[in-house]
Amino acid sequence: MSNIFSSSIGKKLIMSLSGLFLVTFLLLHVSINLTALFSREAYEAACAFMDTNIFIQIMVPVLALGFVIHILFSIIITLKNRNARPVKYAVGNNTEASSWAAKNMFVLGLIVIGFLGLHLTHFWAKMQLQHFLGHHGENAYELLTRLFGQWYYCAIYVVWIIALYFHISHGFWSAFQTLGLNNSKWIPRLQLIAKLYAIVVALGFISIPVYFWFGLGQ
Amino acid sequence: MNFKLKIWRQKNNKSKGRFENYTIENVSSDTSFLEMLDILNDQLICTGQEPVAFDHDCREGICGMCSLYINGRAHGPDDEVTTCQLHMRKFKDGDTITIEPWRSGAFPVVKDLVVNRYAFDQILQSGGFISVNTGGVPDGNAIPVGKEDADESMDAAACIGCGACVATCKNGSAMLFVSARVSSLAKLPQGKIEAKRRAKAMVAKMDELGFGGCTNTQACEAECPKAISISHIARLNREFLCAKLQD
Repeated sequence: MSNIFSSSIGKKLIMSLSGLFLVTFLLLHVSINLTALFSREAYEAACAFMDTNIFIQIMVPVLALGFVIHILFSIIITLKNRNARPVKYAVGNNTEASSWAAKNMFVLGLIVIGFLGLHLTHFWAKMQLQHFLGHHGENAYELLTRLFGQWYYCAIYVVWIIALYFHISHGFWSAFQTLGLNNSKWIPRLQLIAKLYAIVVALGFISIPVYFWFGLGQ
Repeated sequence: MNFKLKIWRQKNNKSKGRFENYTIENVSSDTSFLEMLDILNDQLICTGQEPVAFDHDCREGICGMCSLYINGRAHGPDDEVTTCQLHMRKFKDGDTITIEPWRSGAFPVVKDLVVNRYAFDQILQSGGFISVNTGGVPDGNAIPVGKEDADESMDAAACIGCGACVATCKNGSAMLFVSARVSSLAKLPQGKIEAKRRAKAMVAKMDELGFGGCTNTQACEAECPKAISISHIARLNREFLCAKLQD
């Protein structure tokens, strides 16, 4: 284990493990959200579970730490990578193979955390945080109806999730590549799984503002 | 065919370089890219100007000496070829062609389009070899190697060390080069003995020399004249992480 994290691959190991942890969390998050499509009661029950379950309470700070580590190491790695080419090319890279997402992971990440700040103040701070502090927050379902009743809020939300889609569509398979759990057979397979995973998560999240915008909420 | 050329000129490592514009006329479409530069240099010499310095040697795509970043692509607008194997028919008549040296902090410009790729040699010297005791020539088939392993090893060994992977990577990463060497040896019984030491030493040297890290954009694989797969990078990651975890 000696000085593994001072190496470039060691730092990417942290990126991949924290990234996989974060995408696993997203699956849980989107599942909770989707209960809102069934009924008000189902969503409120799911929120109550998230507010009171001991495992979730333990995992919230771990999750926050996961975000901090992922963001911190992305900055360290990006800065080092930028320094590797002090003089830039006059003609930009015309290689067709690299996906747009792969080349713009840092920018996509910035978009994701930018809106994440907004999301935490608008939702989390009024929902789960209130329960952790022993207060009674605003009714979660009412909050959804109110915020997603505003077109600009829906628009921001959708843009955010699209950025997240691109980020995951590269990040998911890239994590396995960095862990060394990949080969020529599995590269296209993992890339497909990454796309599918990103589509499921993104569509799941986007369905909520769409549902409420069209006034389907109770 | 006629072309406008925009070529990076730089007197030496210390001086500041800039682009110079040239025009070249009546070039056959069957001229190779380096022959086109030879014709240009002839013209420059005849008019008393300094010829453009560029690296080249075998001119048949196996030595890894030619480089050149042409119109935003390492080894120019063709797949799985080196610059010396590129022909002018890949361009349109009247095109403006921008020619730049490999850009990487680890590959300093020596002159014009020539860069110093000694960093690759240093990486190889740190572990890209197998230690063999002196003695008689071993029997040909004394160490059996499976066909699949031999093939995989040979695919990786096709690396000619040109540096196109570094040149094209947005991070200036040498991971494809390092992984090709590590992978070609890791798949053979002779290479397995020193596998752990090799992966650790070569990655440490690569980091030390200022190459960037891999972010899996696959640009290297696309521009590699030998089409070396990023699956070798996965193997390098595996070899490196396993070696480190066992320390």
